Amino acid sequence: MFELLALHIPDGFLSNWVAALCWLPATAAVAIGLRKSTAELIEPRIPVLGVTAAFIFAAQMLNFPIAGGTSGHFLGAALAAILLGPWVACVAMAVVIAIQAFLFADGGITALGANTLNMGVIGALLVGYLMLWTRDLLPKRRGAFLAIAGAGAWLAVMAGAAATSFELAISDTVPLGTVLPAMLGVHALVGIGEAIITVAAVGAVLATRPDLIAVRDLTLRELGRSLPTPTPEGA
Amino acid sequence: MRRRSITVFTGFALAVAVGFAVAVSPYASASPDGLEKVAEKKGFLEEGRLAPIQSDSPIPDYAFPGIADERVATGMAGFVGTLLVFAVAFAIGWLRRRRASVSPTGAAG
Repeated sequence: MFELLALHIPDGFLSNWVAALCWLPATAAVAIGLRKSTAELIEPRIPVLGVTAAFIFAAQMLNFPIAGGTSGHFLGAALAAILLGPWVACVAMAVVIAIQAFLFADGGITALGANTLNMGVIGALLVGYLMLWTRDLLPKRRGAFLAIAGAGAWLAVMAGAAATSFELAISDTVPLGTVLPAMLGVHALVGIGEAIITVAAVGAVLATRPDLIAVRDLTLRELGRSLPTPTPEGA
Repeated sequence: MRRRSITVFTGFALAVAVGFAVAVSPYASASPDGLEKVAEKKGFLEEGRLAPIQSDSPIPDYAFPGIADERVATGMAGFVGTLLVFAVAFAIGWLRRRRASVSPTGAAG
């Protein structure tokens, strides 16, 4: 008998048809992301994909205490979107979520679609595009970039929490008026932790290998064609 | 600052991730997380269940089986999981890349 650790949505929280419907956008986004990654993943970026996914998996194990006997953990969607670009980030999130569900019994199997939708499609893809769009409006400075990373991290957590609430409400598990304020209230705090970790991680990469940040110099229009080639080693 | 090679960067970042998973995760907060807490308070926590396939999970609940010490079991689960996620994500990237070099449509890089 396992203790239920609902880091992600477990099976049983969502009605069958809500769970099934969530598979549609999740599968579509991952399929497109895989196609895009063929063009975007030039050789030196492949280890970056691996290590970003690994970092997200590890960080999601680190629950930090927040108010009222509740804990929060890192999500990583915004960080992935910054390092990998929104589409490849969605694939990375799906890899992490699938391994968590199948190997660690963390998050449901039928709920895989919903968890991928909430964290990969909404967290990495939509918020990722939103961050790019915002970045194009702001001056190209390190501070502005880090501010966008922090805000995007917070927003990805909040948007995921809101999406989860809607899915639970449509499933008739709990009324929206009950679950939405509760989820947003808790995750407003979780999101602050998320923002701190994301800014620290992005700052560390900016300081060591800024060329590995996929979205650094990329304009929205260029995205999906090909990512810039990192400077060759030792050049 | 000298530019670090991609292998050094990856190795260092992976070591940090594995380090967190092995050494820090056993001391992570055991309190329920956001969704679990809300489910508990709003009375739908007991509706959660494991899918049939998950009752045979190799490493249920981030506790490596057969290790009595809970912290060691969690650390071990973190070690295996982090490296496995790296390997799977790397393999996906590598396979996509190989496909691109076979049919170089859209691969301008």
